[in-house]
Amino acid sequence: MNSLSDFMLPPAKSTLAGQTDALFNFINVTSLIFLVGITVAIIYFSWKYKRKSENDVTPVITHNNKLEITWSVIPLILVIIVFGWGYTGYMNKVTPPDDSYEIRVVGKSWLWEFHYPTGYVSVGELHVPEDRPVKLVMSSTDVIHSFYIPDFRVKKDVLPNRYTSLWFEATDPGESVVFCTEYCGNAHSNMMATTIVHTQEDFETWLETAGSADENLTPAELGEQLTTRNACTTCHSVDGSVLQGPSFQGLFGSEAPLESGETVSVDENYIRESILEPQAKIHEGFQPVMPSYAGTLDDNQINAIIEYIKTLD
Amino acid sequence: MATTEETPTRKVQVKRFKPEEYPEKHYLNQEKGLWAWLTTVDHKKIGLMYLMSVAFFFLVGGVLALLLRTELLTPARNFMTADVYNQVFTLHGAIMIFFFLIPSVPAALGNFILPLQLGAKDVAFPRLNLASFYIYVIGALFTLTAIFTGGIDTGWTFYTPYSSTTGGSVAMMTLGIFILGFSSILTGLNFIVTIHKLRSPGITWNKLPLNLWGLYATSLIQILATPVLAITLLLLTMERVLGIGIFDPALGGDPVLYQHFFWFYSHPAVYIMIVPGFGIVSEIISTFSKKVIFGYWAIALSSLAIAFIGFLVWGHHMFTAGQSSLAAMVFSFLTFLVGIPTGIKIFNWLATMYKGSIDLKTPMIYMLIFLFLFTIGGFTGIMLGALSVDVHLHDTYYVVAHFHYVMMGGMVMAFLGGLHYWWPKMFGKMYNEFWAKISAGIIFIGFNMTFLPQFIMGSQGMPRRYYNYIDQFQAFHQFSTIGAYVMGVGFVIIAAYLLHSLLRGEKASSNPWGSRALEWQTSSPPDLHNFKHTPVIINGPYDYHKPMSEFQLGIATSHNGHGHHEEEGMDVAETEKEKA
Repeated sequence: MNSLSDFMLPPAKSTLAGQTDALFNFINVTSLIFLVGITVAIIYFSWKYKRKSENDVTPVITHNNKLEITWSVIPLILVIIVFGWGYTGYMNKVTPPDDSYEIRVVGKSWLWEFHYPTGYVSVGELHVPEDRPVKLVMSSTDVIHSFYIPDFRVKKDVLPNRYTSLWFEATDPGESVVFCTEYCGNAHSNMMATTIVHTQEDFETWLETAGSADENLTPAELGEQLTTRNACTTCHSVDGSVLQGPSFQGLFGSEAPLESGETVSVDENYIRESILEPQAKIHEGFQPVMPSYAGTLDDNQINAIIEYIKTLD
Repeated sequence: MATTEETPTRKVQVKRFKPEEYPEKHYLNQEKGLWAWLTTVDHKKIGLMYLMSVAFFFLVGGVLALLLRTELLTPARNFMTADVYNQVFTLHGAIMIFFFLIPSVPAALGNFILPLQLGAKDVAFPRLNLASFYIYVIGALFTLTAIFTGGIDTGWTFYTPYSSTTGGSVAMMTLGIFILGFSSILTGLNFIVTIHKLRSPGITWNKLPLNLWGLYATSLIQILATPVLAITLLLLTMERVLGIGIFDPALGGDPVLYQHFFWFYSHPAVYIMIVPGFGIVSEIISTFSKKVIFGYWAIALSSLAIAFIGFLVWGHHMFTAGQSSLAAMVFSFLTFLVGIPTGIKIFNWLATMYKGSIDLKTPMIYMLIFLFLFTIGGFTGIMLGALSVDVHLHDTYYVVAHFHYVMMGGMVMAFLGGLHYWWPKMFGKMYNEFWAKISAGIIFIGFNMTFLPQFIMGSQGMPRRYYNYIDQFQAFHQFSTIGAYVMGVGFVIIAAYLLHSLLRGEKASSNPWGSRALEWQTSSPPDLHNFKHTPVIINGPYDYHKPMSEFQLGIATSHNGHGHHEEEGMDVAETEKEKA
């Protein structure tokens, strides 16, 4: 049974994953037994009762109460077991322990933002401590997204008009992928993030030093890191190829045609405005879909990104 | 089920009407010309026009599916952009569901077969029936316009607020589907009235073919659920066009409300798609096992039970959408309940084969394929109904695979079985049995190659509607794509031999399968008015232990074209003399 779940399921890295996997295996094995039985019956009947002549006479069997009750009641009992098992597991998944460590998650088309209690914000990387329940309080700034970590067996829709939450307790330090599983437009399949599970000590250290590591970099180097970390590169390439937004390559100093028909010269102020108020001026040929980074990036970081874009001729 | 003792009886003189073999005149040549087809009120011709339409849309949807699978050969961009990919998967879903699956059995096969199985000359409202077809055509035109004037990238579910804010012709598309809904409602209404009022003398409720029980249950869902879809899509259009806030939070609406409205229709809609398939399966398995159906009432009532409980399970599409735990619990429980009548049917069909005289002709081969694939579809449905597991599997390829096992492995196989089963009746021609079996085998292999890997990658976490994917899933995607091509080859072969059959096929006799069902007791193809007499029924449609002569009884009809219908429970004692 373990080899079956190893093949079918991703590694189980949260405290509740085991419970889900056990039910998954139970349903698979029970179904397989039934399926084999039914298939054998189909094949055996087709062979054993193959038509011998056009005048074959078949017995008149209209019904059989005992048999019919049996094959109604046994599946009924089985599905009630599955129902109860699934419901218990579900209640565990939706009831976070009181002492959970809380992180705010904001879904935007097409990135994930994580706000920690210290005020630090990370984009595209969720840092969590191991062996400690973590509760994510989530909302969206635009359309519906869905936050899914396969390794933890958790998923919850992220809505624009209300908060939803999920919780997990990671069991192993390491990385796990985060997917968006509610279709949200062109870069839906790129709306990924990485969950990085630290040991509790490492997590404390990370949280204290997060952000300060950037001080030793030149502005352009910092800008390069920030564009990746903040998922800018999900939509803006650095090699000239066209994704959901205009490429950064050769952008600075160019004359950009706008949807309104005007043109604008791409300078520091235009880039700054596009980061903080993306809908103000829309580049011709692109959808007004970029989320605002106001509150996510500070002045120093915006400067660094501008410096970085300048280097991309 | 009144017994004859309680009902006033009247003796009627019946005699045997042997169907005319290879008739000179039949419904296909009694009226000629394009105009006669376009204005016909004959349910058979309308059925064939639907059949051509659904075949066309199946081709379009199928080609779109192959494009999707080709794009997914590599993790990153292969040959289409993300925007095109999103439009293609939206259209594949919308076309297959609204233009193929929903009308395929009820409107195409159902229209052709229902009055024949009742011994009626037509449906109750023939002109309304023609109107349904044209409404379908108008809806289709709107949809095609939407595709060519901007496209649509919302997914077939049109979830808000994405659908209220994205570009493209969403309003045109939803309008098309809104119009299409009326076609479905009118067909359902027509079938219900026809089944109630136009049954030939002797067809009591316990002698009604199970195909008609299936269509009856389907029609009930159609007229009760479709209006909800219509109003939902209308609200969505009002939001997009007039800016009235209903679902979009930016305008003060609630996006989850949309999901409730949408699934309140769209969950019963999957039963609109599959329940008529159950009807076909019952007919074919009984015919090719030459044996009375096991558990007639269990099968008939389970269709109605599924239709009823099917209305109460919509919330299982929203286990992760943020509905309350109590709602999730209730919806999960009801979902398991709806599984039971479905399971009962599988066992009934198996029991029908037990000690039968099984002839593995093409329609029966499709039924065996149906039983296998639909069972897998059912069990994976149990998996998705289990709350804690669904949290993991929701919106992954597991759901995609489950849905295709139920809809394509179940419904499409039933449709193909039905098409091959009734083909000789429709056109009076046989098809090439050898190639038919070969293509059934190819489709079976291709289907499993396509969708089995999707269960595995879904379990491993591969989300659906993904244009790009992470490298670890590539092997599964490639295997799946090859499977899709194999399936494509199977369908091309079907198209080829069916076309050959139309042009050069061997002539079919009136009853090539030796069935006892009423539609086989008239010539192939049938007369314009189906029967030249009023059929009188004294046995159930699956009573293979009784001689064929007892299934061909009737009263001669006057030539005004409309036979009168006697009340149920009439005395047919006279027939006993007839046999002697």
